[in-house]
Amino acid sequence: MLKDKDRIFTNLYGHHDPFLVGAKARGDWDGTKEILGKGREWVIESVKASGLRGRGGAGFSTGLKWSFMPKESDGRPHYLVVNADEGEPGTCKDREILRHDPHKLIEGCLIASFAIGANAAYIYVRGEYYRETESLQRAIDEAYQAGLIGKNASGTGYDFDCYVHRGMGSYICGEETALIESLEGKKGQPRLKPPFPANSGLYGCPSTVNNVESLAVTPTILRRGAEWFAGMGRANNTGTKLFNISGHVEQPCTVEEEMSIPLKELIEKHAGGVRGGWDNLLAIIPGGASVPCLPKGICDSVLMDFDSLREQKSGLGTAAIMVMDKSTDIVAAIARLSAFYKHESCGQCTPCREGTGWMSRMMQRMVAGRASVEEIDLLEQVTRQVEGHTICALGDAAAWPVQGLIRHFRPELVSRIEQAKKNAVA
Amino acid sequence: MSSQIFEQPIAFSFSADTLVSAKTHISKYPEGRQASAVMPLLDLAQRQSGGWLPRAAIDYVADFLDMPRIRAYEVATFYTMFNLEPVGKYHVQVCTNLPCWLRGSERIVETVKRNIGVEVGGTSEDALFTLSEMECLGACVNAPMMQVNDDYYEDLDETSTEHILAELRRDNKPKTGSQVRRQTCEPIGGLSSLLDDVGK
Repeated sequence: MLKDKDRIFTNLYGHHDPFLVGAKARGDWDGTKEILGKGREWVIESVKASGLRGRGGAGFSTGLKWSFMPKESDGRPHYLVVNADEGEPGTCKDREILRHDPHKLIEGCLIASFAIGANAAYIYVRGEYYRETESLQRAIDEAYQAGLIGKNASGTGYDFDCYVHRGMGSYICGEETALIESLEGKKGQPRLKPPFPANSGLYGCPSTVNNVESLAVTPTILRRGAEWFAGMGRANNTGTKLFNISGHVEQPCTVEEEMSIPLKELIEKHAGGVRGGWDNLLAIIPGGASVPCLPKGICDSVLMDFDSLREQKSGLGTAAIMVMDKSTDIVAAIARLSAFYKHESCGQCTPCREGTGWMSRMMQRMVAGRASVEEIDLLEQVTRQVEGHTICALGDAAAWPVQGLIRHFRPELVSRIEQAKKNAVA
Repeated sequence: MSSQIFEQPIAFSFSADTLVSAKTHISKYPEGRQASAVMPLLDLAQRQSGGWLPRAAIDYVADFLDMPRIRAYEVATFYTMFNLEPVGKYHVQVCTNLPCWLRGSERIVETVKRNIGVEVGGTSEDALFTLSEMECLGACVNAPMMQVNDDYYEDLDETSTEHILAELRRDNKPKTGSQVRRQTCEPIGGLSSLLDDVGK
């Protein structure tokens, strides 16, 4: 188990002052000037060496992403855009950073902006996090007042402004180009890539979009050293991670743990175990609603990291773990997610707009068994026609939970159909 | 959706206070990019209008930002937090997505329905409450939960839900956040980490 001395988020539960005095006592803003004094290349190389992979779901190397930004400005300003539009069902980790450790994020924004040559950051927070936004804004105001950001930020000679932009209720705005569109004052419909944001993002300028957690961990990584971070977890899956454990556990909670911790250990150590004991487990969705569920047999031994979960045809995603015990109607559970994706499809691409509706309606019938057995394969086929055929990943995200259900729970689907037939005859 | 009949006000303009906030928002964005402020300004207009966004307010915001009105309509109709019809004084929004559903959000919806006497999407006769079902609100380890106006109420059961609604009815301010003995997202049975207090 991760030792407390290696935890980054030491005010995760809000037992201490979230604001500047408390944050400084926890080590934030310590030697920021010296960190920036080592230069852009050093910051980017250190973050690369730490092995940090983006914490928003896709798991792309954060340092590498920063390195894609133009080294010199061609006259256009550069922007850092922070994705705090936390909306992936099961996920509530960035919320704790925004309200309990906002200075980690703000310092991370300064460092990242410096690394990519940006003098301004926009933090896009989901609109429902109203109180969290208040905390964040208060922390930003404090940081300005203390000279940590603004003109000559932290005495570095670098100018840096940090703004909060509230979303207004739209899951798709968590997709980076939809988020940029929204920030420009439009409806949140994803853009075709290329051009990638590093070439043409916010206002057509070079931009980097990073998740809250990815940025909030970087100041600590740079203070304690890339090797320290890289020394935790498995190779290519390094560091610590915030995990949200929800659903049928005794004690749902958010916790920071070492990457690659076995799923079972994570749940038993921190969440009080599965309700009714481990043997009462039916399935777990390990990384937010978009990733396929895993049956108990896989959960027994799988490790919570990018590679281990991908080997099992699932994913770490946002590391939001939804636990379902044997009382769960797994078909209804996945149908609920299908309804969600139907609701949240932006409607831009036909396969997603029509496909999410198709999948949702078929899933509703599967819940009641009002289908023929052949339709299970038809449903699977529909998911394949959506997956990979849309501008953004929402289509994939809608397809994967259904694919996971069919892969692991086909007998359940079949028996439901047969039972419904029997009932109809009787 | 509800088939309530309601009147669209003929005109809208920002109050003096709202005007100050609006200008603060606009100042965040580069010159010529004031359209970026359309969402925060529509939100201000909605707050000033008692929780919903009349058409006149959308027009006003579009004109205020010097952007085509159709672009503002697109935004107002795309984002779920903009209410295009009047809502009750308290907009009760119960999350029913998977993590909340697994922990009994259906019972919470039923409790609210019974308590305020409307179906999902409806507004109570005294115009005090509107009930909506929500997609994930991002407080999943504190499920089931609901949002009322700007506040979250978490770790709900039937009793605490009834209590919150009763308090709101009396114009009191119920305790926000977790409704059980637990600080935010920590494990309810006691801490499993961060035991040696603040570590540097």
